[in-house]
Amino acid sequence: MRIQPGQTDPAVIRNFCIIAHIDHGKSTLADRMLQITGVVDDRSMRAQYLDRMDIERERGITIKSQAVRLPWQVGETDYVLNMIDTPGHVDFTYEVSRSLQACEGAILLVDAAQGIEAQTLANLYLAMNADMTIIPVLNKIDLPAAQPEKYAAEIAHLIGCEPEDVLKVSGKTGVGVRELLDHVVRSVPAPVGDAGAPARALIFDSVYDTYRGVITYVRVMDGHLGKRERILMMSTTAAHETLEIGVISPEPKIADKGLGVGEVGYLITGVKDVRQSRVGDTVTSVARPAVEALGGYEHPKPMVFSGLYPIDGDDYPELREALDKLQLNDAALVYEPETSAALGFGFRCGFLGLLHMEIVRERLEREFNLSLISTAPNVVYRVIMEDGKEVTVTNPSEFPTGKVDKVFEPMVKSTVLVPSEFIGAIMELCQNRRGNLQGMDYLSEDRVEIRYTMPLGEIIFDFFDQLKSRTRGYASLDYEPSGEQEAELVKVDILLQGEAVDAFSAIVHKDKAYGYGVEMAKKLRELIPRQQFEVPIQAAIGARVIARENIRAIRKDVLAKCYGGDISRKRKLLEKQKEGKKRMKMVGRVEVPQEAFVAALSTESSTDKSKK
Amino acid sequence: MPSTLPDGDPVPASGELPASALDGLGGRPFGLYVHVPFCVTRCGYCDFNTYTASELGPGASHADYTATAAEEVRRARAVLGTAELPVETVFFGGGTPTLLPARDLVRILRVIDKEFGLAPGAEVTTEANPESVDPAYLAELRSGGFTRMSFGMQSAREHVLKVLDRHHTPGRAAQAVREARQEGFEHVNLDLIYSTPGESDDDWRASLAAAVEAGPDHVSAYSLIVEDGTRLAARIRRGELPMPDDDVAADRYLIAEEMLTAAGFGWYEVSNWATSEAGRCRHNLLYWTGGDWWGVGPGAHSHVGGTRWWNVKHPAAYAQRLASGASPAHAREVLTPEDRAVERIMLELRLSDGFPLAELARPVVVARALADGLLETEAFKRGRAALTLRGRLLADALVRDLVS
Repeated sequence: MRIQPGQTDPAVIRNFCIIAHIDHGKSTLADRMLQITGVVDDRSMRAQYLDRMDIERERGITIKSQAVRLPWQVGETDYVLNMIDTPGHVDFTYEVSRSLQACEGAILLVDAAQGIEAQTLANLYLAMNADMTIIPVLNKIDLPAAQPEKYAAEIAHLIGCEPEDVLKVSGKTGVGVRELLDHVVRSVPAPVGDAGAPARALIFDSVYDTYRGVITYVRVMDGHLGKRERILMMSTTAAHETLEIGVISPEPKIADKGLGVGEVGYLITGVKDVRQSRVGDTVTSVARPAVEALGGYEHPKPMVFSGLYPIDGDDYPELREALDKLQLNDAALVYEPETSAALGFGFRCGFLGLLHMEIVRERLEREFNLSLISTAPNVVYRVIMEDGKEVTVTNPSEFPTGKVDKVFEPMVKSTVLVPSEFIGAIMELCQNRRGNLQGMDYLSEDRVEIRYTMPLGEIIFDFFDQLKSRTRGYASLDYEPSGEQEAELVKVDILLQGEAVDAFSAIVHKDKAYGYGVEMAKKLRELIPRQQFEVPIQAAIGARVIARENIRAIRKDVLAKCYGGDISRKRKLLEKQKEGKKRMKMVGRVEVPQEAFVAALSTESSTDKSKK
Repeated sequence: MPSTLPDGDPVPASGELPASALDGLGGRPFGLYVHVPFCVTRCGYCDFNTYTASELGPGASHADYTATAAEEVRRARAVLGTAELPVETVFFGGGTPTLLPARDLVRILRVIDKEFGLAPGAEVTTEANPESVDPAYLAELRSGGFTRMSFGMQSAREHVLKVLDRHHTPGRAAQAVREARQEGFEHVNLDLIYSTPGESDDDWRASLAAAVEAGPDHVSAYSLIVEDGTRLAARIRRGELPMPDDDVAADRYLIAEEMLTAAGFGWYEVSNWATSEAGRCRHNLLYWTGGDWWGVGPGAHSHVGGTRWWNVKHPAAYAQRLASGASPAHAREVLTPEDRAVERIMLELRLSDGFPLAELARPVVVARALADGLLETEAFKRGRAALTLRGRLLADALVRDLVS
């Protein structure tokens, strides 16, 4: 490394991030930059070098960001480029905004065969509002389906530049990447800060490492952070000592001289929990603390809740331990123990959104080898009782009965980008989900941006699947929280033989209660095996039954033959069935197999139906 | 394709039994089962251990089989030691035992008598396909010591027999019963199968009527079971035939109970009816009440004092084992007291006499079964758990509840 950290002149530093949609090739482009700048040799290059988690690599998405210091020469001058990798999904908008705050410039990376997507657009607006320098880039120009002219025009229209200003690269072949790096040096402003002021560094990421504890990624704004220095987290006022401070290039390198203004790196203090080192917080020095924290810190707020239960009740302690471990690396994950009459002991977990939920669930199953049932996701409701008391509901079965005055539900502003031929389909879907049209703009001749406000509860219930299936996959969606609204919401209970199954209760708009009830009752009739007695399935709002199905009693459950040669086999089968019975959940006298819960709580069949 | 054998523990080459099995030997009724693994053709629904080739290798061909089976009978005597073991029942099953000449069956019976001694009034049964016997054959069996014939009638309807791949004409089974009666067989059974694809309620009634009309003293009625790997299963999978429906089977069972009761038969096991207590199959009752029996032949299962074992399946492998002086047993299991308790409930609950209430550990399950009409109130008062008609149709479910 030609320029040592801690003594880098801010004038040669360029901090930038890449804004891109999943699959638009951000990781591939980043890989190419690592190679071209020479920090990774061709031999040790592996695809998507910066994505550490298996799930990231498999799904092709980046969940946690990271920062890499790259050397780059333009003319005779050596520069330091800090590339800050940003997460690319709607659930992590807040983390994206913090990554943006750490940079002066952003590469807007768009697939030349697909055009810009809704989440990219949302992040682009964030970057533009932050007055960042935007470098528009079309990627994958090597693809036969690429339409660089068309999408260059679209981007030019969005950011107000000329189509010719849009750079064209291929992360795969490396074409145009050198020019892009040169362009970063020329157009992204150098960071500006007060080297003499008390230290202020922005935490833009925080990762738990089994061996090192929490690794905190920071961008120094003012002053200087050194090794063996007592530092202060300004939101939590917790003080720690920096055991190690360094940069990533792309392996960690210790910075003996610490980090100065404009520099990007990591610090290790020995804390074991990312909640002690929160994204968006400001790091300062204990000896000479800053007066004012950097702006924009928000405490992560769970928006979506779901119950997680081990399929085998004996796994409950393992599930608790696994959640504890995941939380070390995920400040947004919250959970508390919960008991379900139908599912036993589990946890009510809060997530930033659906993807966050899926990722947590997948990690629990994959990294901790757990088999889980998750209840249908729900949002948080604020219920005002007639006596003025307020109840916060994160679990439908806790929805108060009777004497309810008002119910408030969280709202989102959503943006859908879609080819114009699907405008009708999108409007129908959003209208059906109680959406309120806020506006529509043509991005280009045949692509529109449609904006709706909608209840979040409508979005988390298979909205995304519907969106994709109604637009042949062309629509993209972004949304951000936008207050709450009062709504006529009711709790629908599902009863088996007169007994409510808490795991199936749902809070829905009163106009949709009937549909939900009918569909759930039908689904369960197919999923629950016949019992020795008739099992009525009812959907009810309070005491009012709105839908009913029947599982007919089984009439024959006996093998006709049982002779000398059948006995061993039959006994072994019986032992197996005995084990199977243990895995049944009892609802009153009704035996419900685990699979029935899993299938009934998934939203797949409702999606399939709409596809016909 | 014959079904696969259960898993088990290895058996010593000597066939020697654990001490626990020999304990109390002779104090329990003792019988022999002789498996004859030959058929002319394999029926589409059958997964029994049977083969259609007549030459299966040394010791396993039709001609050699008698000697091979006789060898296992002698081996049985040696393994069981010197205890007095009068044979209460002998049952020849298959396959088609009557594919062998009558004198071969009689010869095997003589060896059994010589080695163990038949008890006075012993029951000696053979299964037979109606088309594989004639009066002379039956006479030879009767005079050779056989006391009971069991004919596979299955159905009186030609289209049903066709689906089952049975080749006898509908009237032949009834005729065989009359011939057996004429030749002096006091006990005759007819096997029937219901809920075959394509069979109607009326077809089933007609089969029952024809069976009753033929005058047997015992009827077994089985719902058709579609076994994996059979031709029938393949045809159903391909959609050529519908899968038998359990509700239809339940209806057919009720029809059987109604018509057989009206004709003077009484049920004594879920799938078995007899005109009198004397007409009940003593050999099968031995299976169901924990008796000892030695199963002779490839794939045959045995039970002695809580040890169950089963022979190698293929007739050639079986014959080879015996020829080399080794036990033909493939594997065995020594039942734990818990296994034995589970088996007792599983088997005895299927009998009309039922199971002693005092030995059932789940009073809540029993009370519920009584309330649900699965157990007889009168029997309950006498301290027995005995199935009602509804209970018979749900017997497996009740057993699961009782042992879980």
